[in-house]
Amino acid sequence: MLLEVKNLHCMVDGKPILKGIDLEVGEGEVHAIMGPNGSGKSTLASVIAGNPKYEVTEGEILYNGKDLLSMDIEERARAGIFLGFQYPVEIPGVSMANFMRMAVNARRAYLGEDPLSAAEFLRLMREKGAVVELDSKLTNRAVNEGFSGGEKKKNEIFQMAMLDPTLAILDETDSGLDIDALRIVATGVNKLKRPDNATVVITHYQRLLDYIIPDYVHVLYKGRIIHTGGKELALVLEEEGYDRIINEYNN
Amino acid sequence: MSDADKILDEVTGQDYKYGFVTDIDTDTIPKGLNEDIIRLISAKKNEPGWMTELRLKAYHHWLTMEMPKWAHLDIPEINYQDIIYYAAPRSKPKYQSMDEVDPELVATFDKLGIPLEEQMTLAGVAVDAVMDSVSVKTTYKDTLAELGIIFCSMSEAIAEHPELVQKYLGSVVPYSDNFFSALNMAVFSDGSFCYIPKGVRSPMELSTYFRINAAGTGQFERTLIVAEEGSYVSYLEGCTAPQRDENQLHAAVVEIVVLKDAEVKYSTVQNWYPGDKDGQGGVYNFVTKRGLCRGENSRLSWTQVETGSAITWKYPSTILAGDNSVGEFYSVALTNNCQQADTGTKMIHLGKNTRSRIVSKGISAGRSQNSYRGLVKVGRKASGARNYSQCDSLLIGDQCGAHTFPYIESDNPSAIIEHEATTSKISEDQLLYCNQRCISTEDAVGLIVNGYAKEVLNKLPMEFAIEAQKLLSISLEGSVG
Repeated sequence: MLLEVKNLHCMVDGKPILKGIDLEVGEGEVHAIMGPNGSGKSTLASVIAGNPKYEVTEGEILYNGKDLLSMDIEERARAGIFLGFQYPVEIPGVSMANFMRMAVNARRAYLGEDPLSAAEFLRLMREKGAVVELDSKLTNRAVNEGFSGGEKKKNEIFQMAMLDPTLAILDETDSGLDIDALRIVATGVNKLKRPDNATVVITHYQRLLDYIIPDYVHVLYKGRIIHTGGKELALVLEEEGYDRIINEYNN
Repeated sequence: MSDADKILDEVTGQDYKYGFVTDIDTDTIPKGLNEDIIRLISAKKNEPGWMTELRLKAYHHWLTMEMPKWAHLDIPEINYQDIIYYAAPRSKPKYQSMDEVDPELVATFDKLGIPLEEQMTLAGVAVDAVMDSVSVKTTYKDTLAELGIIFCSMSEAIAEHPELVQKYLGSVVPYSDNFFSALNMAVFSDGSFCYIPKGVRSPMELSTYFRINAAGTGQFERTLIVAEEGSYVSYLEGCTAPQRDENQLHAAVVEIVVLKDAEVKYSTVQNWYPGDKDGQGGVYNFVTKRGLCRGENSRLSWTQVETGSAITWKYPSTILAGDNSVGEFYSVALTNNCQQADTGTKMIHLGKNTRSRIVSKGISAGRSQNSYRGLVKVGRKASGARNYSQCDSLLIGDQCGAHTFPYIESDNPSAIIEHEATTSKISEDQLLYCNQRCISTEDAVGLIVNGYAKEVLNKLPMEFAIEAQKLLSISLEGSVG
């Protein structure tokens, strides 16, 4: 199993947010996590990625059978966990090329591979930029600086392509995207799909799941996964909302 | 401990990497300062009478002055009688090849990662290595001599080119200018002299490495650069110093004269011992640097990367006297731990249509205090003068300070003066983002700081830019959160 989350509890500023999450993600799978606002979706993504702001109080996470919680955030990243941020930050003055070169070579070093030469790196940038139709001019600009909302999200998928993760978690990558950008982002994700990697998509809207077809859909509510179904569940949720499932759970 | 605290803690926990003492015999004189000491220094250097007299005049003037107190600096009392004012490597060497150079000295440069051999082979770089106070080595001199360029130690210049030295020494920074310039004229031990004749473009970057090396010895460098009509030179100065427990006083003076249609680029990377993380030790760096754009269409560009010293008091300035002359100042000043820096520039517009540009990037970490102080002055006759100033501050952690003191004085209504300022912080979110992209916090801080300072670093000659980039990262190293 690629990822096993067992009875995960987590607190933020002394307040419990996750209250016993169980989740298994296998190779080649696509999981969607849905749920009303404030249910803990982004927290789950952050905890798996290793954001030190979140305090795990109970439970464990295994990644390829290894204890993930003992690894710090950059080690998890180097081991192949990628988090597509909901709000990617701007880093003025740092060019995308420099940033990505440092990132890619840090991951390669972890994997025991030699750093890429300048020429190899540029070739990789061009190749992966095409996956999300990223304007090559953007890679000459500073990280996310002056990028539109859509460009920032495309840039997240571009970075995902560059780093070639084993487990990608996309935190509301679809929010703020128009339909064209949504299609490009989703197509990018699909192109990167392989039998030996996995994607967890966190979303509010069913529409993303028209393009990224999930194997499983989970409903997260008040820090717990209260329902799991197949891809058809997303359509049901789109029509009915979460009320029925929440009511069933409460009863 | 929050992430920010951890980063702060580790940033401030970083020790100076270049702390070591080179074991070379030095020829020193007794502590203290009086007429006899000055005569002794002058005698040791076999100086002509006029130089001795100039030193004594400066000394007597210095006695009437007080140390300036206006800077945003907390300077401990300095006992000027407790300082050794002269130290020279024991045997004054005049080497023809590297083999003759004291192996200890070579090892010192090796530790710094700037071996002389490499410097010598680096295309286009002539090195005049100053170890303590006497010039130890000058290279590429022959090549330069063919073009009529004089590049030598100040002592040599006084002996061999007295007419040039007498004409220009003190012409831009007279000894009476300030407390430290008076002290410097009285006791300066050596420095560099550079003369570019009319119409000559120096084919290589001229560079000097200064180091402070004898325990308890103040270093008083004197540099004089004269660029004759239509000439061009790029001059580099870089420094690091060995670790010391007691404070070391450094009061250098740099004077630059730029004549009609000439251009001088002066670049500095300064990395003297900043003291330990509790503020013990470290170099006191009180420097007067000033250039005079005397002729029409002359240009002077200062670029500095300041990462060292416990206290920095330094304002490389330009007097734009010639019509259409241009002055530039590009600065990165990084302070960490308990360092204090009060640095900036003065642009004095006297000629018509003179232009100046100031780009200052301050970086404060630890418990340091970092101030930009700048004056833009436009004289009555300087019609059409133009200035653009940009002062940015970057804060790392929440215990440091960044301050900006811009002064603008304009006596001409046609002047256009612009001032922009920003203050920013390296945010936890930025570091987190980098971490999630496999980049360690330490590397992320280096990346962000270098990105922030890029505009200034780009102004440095290539080989210096790379060294400066490393220096910025090293100075903030240990910041893994």
